[in-house]
Amino acid sequence: MRLQLEVWRQDHANDPGRFERYQVDEAGAEMSVLELLDMLNAQLVDEGREPVAFDHDCREGICGSCGVMVEGRPHGPVDYTPSCLQRLRSFSDGDTGRIEPFRSEAFPVLRDLVVDRSGLDRIIASGGYVSTPTNAATEALTMPVNRNEADQAMDFAACIGCGACVAACPNAAAQLFTGAKVAHMASLPQGQVERAERVRAMVDTMETDFGSCTNMGECEPACPADIPLRVIAELNREYRKALWQHRRTEEPDRRGIRWLSRLRTGPWWQSDPDERPPGGG
Amino acid sequence: MIADLDQRRAVGPEIHGAAPTGDLAELWEQHQLDLKLVNPPNRRKFKVIVVGTGLAGAGAAATLSELGYQVEAFTFHDAPRRAHSVAAQGGINAAKAYKADGDSVERFFRDTVKGGDFRTREADAYRLAELSVRVIDHMTAQGVPFAREYGGGIATRSFGGVQVSRTFYARGQTGQQLQIAGSQQLLKEVGAGRLKLNTRTEMLDLIVSEGRAVGIVVRDLVTGEIRPVTAHAVVLATGGYGNAYYKSTLAKSSNVSATWRAHKRGALFANPCYVQFHPTSLPLNSEWQSKVTLMSESLRNDGRVWVPAQPGDDRPPNEIPEEERDYYLERLYPSFGNLAPRDISSRAAKAQLDAGKGVGPLRNGVYLDFSDAIARLGRKTIEDRYSNLFELYIDATGEDPWTEPMRIAPGPHFVMGGLWTDYDGMSSIPGLFVGGEASFNYHGANRLGANSLLSASVDGWFVLPWTVPNYLAPQLGTDPLPEDHPDVQATVRQVREQLDALLSVGGTRGPDYFHKELGELLWDHVGVERNAHSLAKGADAIRDLREEFWRDVRVVGHGQQLNQELERAGRVADFLEQAELMALDALDREESAGAHFRTEHQTEEGEARRDDENWANTSAWAPPGPDGRPVRRSEPLTFERVPLATRSYK
Repeated sequence: MRLQLEVWRQDHANDPGRFERYQVDEAGAEMSVLELLDMLNAQLVDEGREPVAFDHDCREGICGSCGVMVEGRPHGPVDYTPSCLQRLRSFSDGDTGRIEPFRSEAFPVLRDLVVDRSGLDRIIASGGYVSTPTNAATEALTMPVNRNEADQAMDFAACIGCGACVAACPNAAAQLFTGAKVAHMASLPQGQVERAERVRAMVDTMETDFGSCTNMGECEPACPADIPLRVIAELNREYRKALWQHRRTEEPDRRGIRWLSRLRTGPWWQSDPDERPPGGG
Repeated sequence: MIADLDQRRAVGPEIHGAAPTGDLAELWEQHQLDLKLVNPPNRRKFKVIVVGTGLAGAGAAATLSELGYQVEAFTFHDAPRRAHSVAAQGGINAAKAYKADGDSVERFFRDTVKGGDFRTREADAYRLAELSVRVIDHMTAQGVPFAREYGGGIATRSFGGVQVSRTFYARGQTGQQLQIAGSQQLLKEVGAGRLKLNTRTEMLDLIVSEGRAVGIVVRDLVTGEIRPVTAHAVVLATGGYGNAYYKSTLAKSSNVSATWRAHKRGALFANPCYVQFHPTSLPLNSEWQSKVTLMSESLRNDGRVWVPAQPGDDRPPNEIPEEERDYYLERLYPSFGNLAPRDISSRAAKAQLDAGKGVGPLRNGVYLDFSDAIARLGRKTIEDRYSNLFELYIDATGEDPWTEPMRIAPGPHFVMGGLWTDYDGMSSIPGLFVGGEASFNYHGANRLGANSLLSASVDGWFVLPWTVPNYLAPQLGTDPLPEDHPDVQATVRQVREQLDALLSVGGTRGPDYFHKELGELLWDHVGVERNAHSLAKGADAIRDLREEFWRDVRVVGHGQQLNQELERAGRVADFLEQAELMALDALDREESAGAHFRTEHQTEEGEARRDDENWANTSAWAPPGPDGRPVRRSEPLTFERVPLATRSYK
């Protein structure tokens, strides 16, 4: 089928950018959105023009690299599906399709359809992990896990980190992403010790880089990993509980926001010695 | 043919893997006592570069950083979690023996050696089995939601090629869960200000000075800036080269460049011809299909493989009566049936395709049928096990495996070959360590299913953090080379020159065109089955294609920007060189072993025939000498614990 494409072109982060129109003559319904871009790019290269830059890798819906807006929807017209698995079945001959980068203040465009999603990693770096050093783990069977709870943890852990939830959100909020990690860790015994600290630190970071959730629910259908909206309720509950605990124990906040600036400024050995975090080497 | 071969390659002296000798069961523990330690306050004086943030890279980087070393990690992705470890579906093996099925470290070790068709080091394979137990503990502690039994214990399943249940899994996303846990540990160190992570940064060369690896040259993929980074040691965990085939199960960006450029600086490249073809990929349906999609091998636990008994049978699968179907794996390999090892399954499938019994629109697949399993176990059980794989299949093909059989076909998947390393994971260049699929280690000529996540995890979490310090310890008091050192500057210059060369060819075809052509050459000549005549032809054709590439490639855009064509061009240029070595290695190895099947070397039943007298070794290739011929060196392999035997899956 023949498709008219309007594709966002932007040479670099500071370029204002513009839509350009292209025509692809032999798109197939079984092709994915990314294969359509492959086809367009082959055409552009043949004409000696610069191809459209876009992030992609596994093409199996698991790496989370890809993500473009198709007709204003993150990943494309089909709900719960990443761009690499979005087929062109809903398009017909002569249709026009508009492809642009994930639109979100939290995701600056680097070039064409490529955006900077490092804000998501900053959320994880502030607490989305279990602090068990290598070689310190006990025999895995010492902590039995209820099968249904393990299943539920897996549901939450399935997030592929693509950022579609943020792109879908009118507020550029990252509650679905953060909630998925917090809910994953909260449902397993291994995550209990740092439970309160984790959610406090992650939410604090999230609020620095992303907008605030107003319960629009736009994120859920955009999520290729089927993360349920209830993780946001879970996140709020965990956060309230953590604040309460914090008041109760007044523990030193070793993951305070002070060290998060390191994510932007570099590691300890390049910093002022007085600013070094505890335990840094 | 031999004369021809001598014109293509030279033969060099033997090498040895420096594996300690003694009782295998105590070797690693003993060896750890021999490894030198670095005093905690001194660790901050050492800098280590880790390239790649997959399971091996993230594990090594996070652990070395926890220990107090200055670690700088690099990934060409936008986030560490994207590494291709994320895509492994089926599971990770460990000799936990959680079931009363006779499993043990020893049995796992034997399965690995036998599965690898006796082309791996016993000592290393034993360590893999031994440390597998720690990996499961470690990953469970990191919050990996492994599948559980009703009593709260960890569930396991049996995986292609073995008769015990030792594969741990997290639904169909085991690789993803391990990878996310690994990248979280990495980010934990970043958040604590202890580790410097460079995303969207690609390694383009290794800096070697006075015979040691002392740094890398990288390109910032957003700004195009080229810069050197120097350190006391370099760890490469950059994955495998299966994408040389263009349409493989690998992620689109997976490439050989980091290891190949290290090879060109002198690191020996081992067993490049050992490529595993995965029997359960989705067959290609059209030219624009961008890759071969992998369906987890675990499907073979419950699916039955068959083709129509008559060639050219066009009836829909459900209209072909039971007696007119050929369940060829069950027929040919009664004791293993549909779980026969990957190479055997792939070759058996290829034989059916060659006999005209292929199914699907392009007649390039075989059926994988779940109807018996659904009837026996119920839809709910099958859903629990494979729901996401079924969804993937429905989405990719528009066909419903609940009502008609899946179609599957062999696809290039995992490479057992890679940079040669010793028992400590160090390459032939001192200071250059290699982990995961980038290294040749553990798997011999064929990898057991669910051993790839394991080998990457073992290298990253439990081997390199012990062995890298052993290399660092004697260097106390030295600093990384300054950036203005002539060896550093020379490497930077050469990287710039190559980029300029790619940009200035000004030809007519994009790099992707050459990559596709290369893929077809490899599939035809260095595929599931090889023979001397075709390999020689293939090697020549690859060389011609490479020359054409450098005459006719067109790289649009410039180098001071995000330029994915330039990235691709560099990677394809390396594949075009490395692929010739794959063909040459396959031509050189006059035997069949594991995934390397030479049609000249087979038994009367059509099984691989090894030549243990001449080829019980690892081929480790040095870069071409002045006469232009790559030099093949060999590491002899001895088998004391697992007696050499012919595999039989009948």
